[in-house]
Amino acid sequence: MTSSDLPLVALRDASVRFGAVCAVQAATLAVDAGEVLAVVGANGSGKTSLLRLLHGVVGHEGSRSQRPGCRQAMVFQRPFLLRLTVLANLRIALWLGDPRLAAAERNERAREALRRVGLTALGRRSALTLSGGEQQRLALARAWALRPQILFLDEPTANLDPAAKKEVEAVLAAFAAEGMTLVLSTHNLGQAKRLATRVVFMAAGRVEVDLPTAEFFDVGRPGRADGFLRGELSWSVD
Amino acid sequence: MTALADSVATAFALIAAADPVLLHTVALSFAVSGSACLAAAGLGLACGAWLAAARFRGRAVVLLLLDTLLALPSVVVGLVVYLMLSRSGPLGSWGILFTPTAMVIAQTILVLPVVAALAQQLVAGALRDGGDQLRSLGAGPTLSALLMLLHERWAVVTLLLVAFGRAIAEVGAVTIVGGNIAGVTRVMTTTIALETSKGDLPLALALGLVLLAVVAVINVVVALLPGAAAMTRAQPA
Repeated sequence: MTSSDLPLVALRDASVRFGAVCAVQAATLAVDAGEVLAVVGANGSGKTSLLRLLHGVVGHEGSRSQRPGCRQAMVFQRPFLLRLTVLANLRIALWLGDPRLAAAERNERAREALRRVGLTALGRRSALTLSGGEQQRLALARAWALRPQILFLDEPTANLDPAAKKEVEAVLAAFAAEGMTLVLSTHNLGQAKRLATRVVFMAAGRVEVDLPTAEFFDVGRPGRADGFLRGELSWSVD
Repeated sequence: MTALADSVATAFALIAAADPVLLHTVALSFAVSGSACLAAAGLGLACGAWLAAARFRGRAVVLLLLDTLLALPSVVVGLVVYLMLSRSGPLGSWGILFTPTAMVIAQTILVLPVVAALAQQLVAGALRDGGDQLRSLGAGPTLSALLMLLHERWAVVTLLLVAFGRAIAEVGAVTIVGGNIAGVTRVMTTTIALETSKGDLPLALALGLVLLAVVAVINVVVALLPGAAAMTRAQPA
């Protein structure tokens, strides 16, 4: 097996605990190159923790492996932007990603990333004066500029109005069309249906269903996933 | 009442005439307190940022100690520095007691906990908001903390102005380690105390007015800075 045959990220019986709370229980999951994986589930079901676990930024038990040299980035639900200009935020992210990158290359990649998400005209604006949708697009540009093979997105449109949601979804669809692997958590089942190639349903920290999108929405789901889809599941799933 | 009015009038006349003694005293005060704040900024910001990011056994005790040092009495600092720098003290060979350098050292020690404690709270708050995301981008804990100082730079300026305000208004430490020598170590606060005790109110009042003006300007600048709100959040309860 060559390294390109390996999944980009894989979990085997991986768990995340916060004190007495088990946010993710014995998850076994692999993300292959080119997939768009949507993680759905009620609030508190462990979607964000699963994403952080896959991204490797949270302590865990069990096994997590990553394809050697696999670059990854994450866009958080509420992006944190430094109180600097839009371009400076991108340059700093690029510097953190690769301190050896030449300044000219950093500038070019920052500008290219802004073009990519339609924020070219706002490069000199303070990042904190952008609207919610623009801030989310800047966070996407920041992640994209790092040239990740896999991009994790934690409810990327949760706090946005419909127009901004549409803009962000268009950017994500374009990323996916270029072959970038996306893993996104979402409450928006329509979004999962539109963007994802595969859907994982979580409840009480467990991965309960893992199916291709068409199968998940059209064929039938076992257990609580069916209730969740019909809107019958309380958000405080135990 | 007439004596007070006369004193106030003479004080304004001293200020208007740019009295050399007054100017020298004000300049020395700014030089000493400004140098102390610069030194405390270098040490305190780095120390505060590191404490915000670091996780080690006993950290809670260090933070408690730092918060306690916020209320450090200036006369205690003066006494300790005096003992260190006096001829029989461990640093007596430096020969800097009763010099402006000794005053800078005393004021640095006085405001260092202010800078470090407030910087720690400022950076810790910012890391709670965005530390994960900076780490996700590849920043280590210390680099994340330093980036947060950049992010909260206006609040950092506010913090340094607060420290400068404390330094320039203190009298105990500089009296003890400076000796209040005319033309050498006599600053605004020590001059006010001395002239008042001598009954020479005009110079004391003039310096008092300058000191009030300095504090007022600092307060106005602090209120106008964009980071004032963040600094208010960072103030200890």
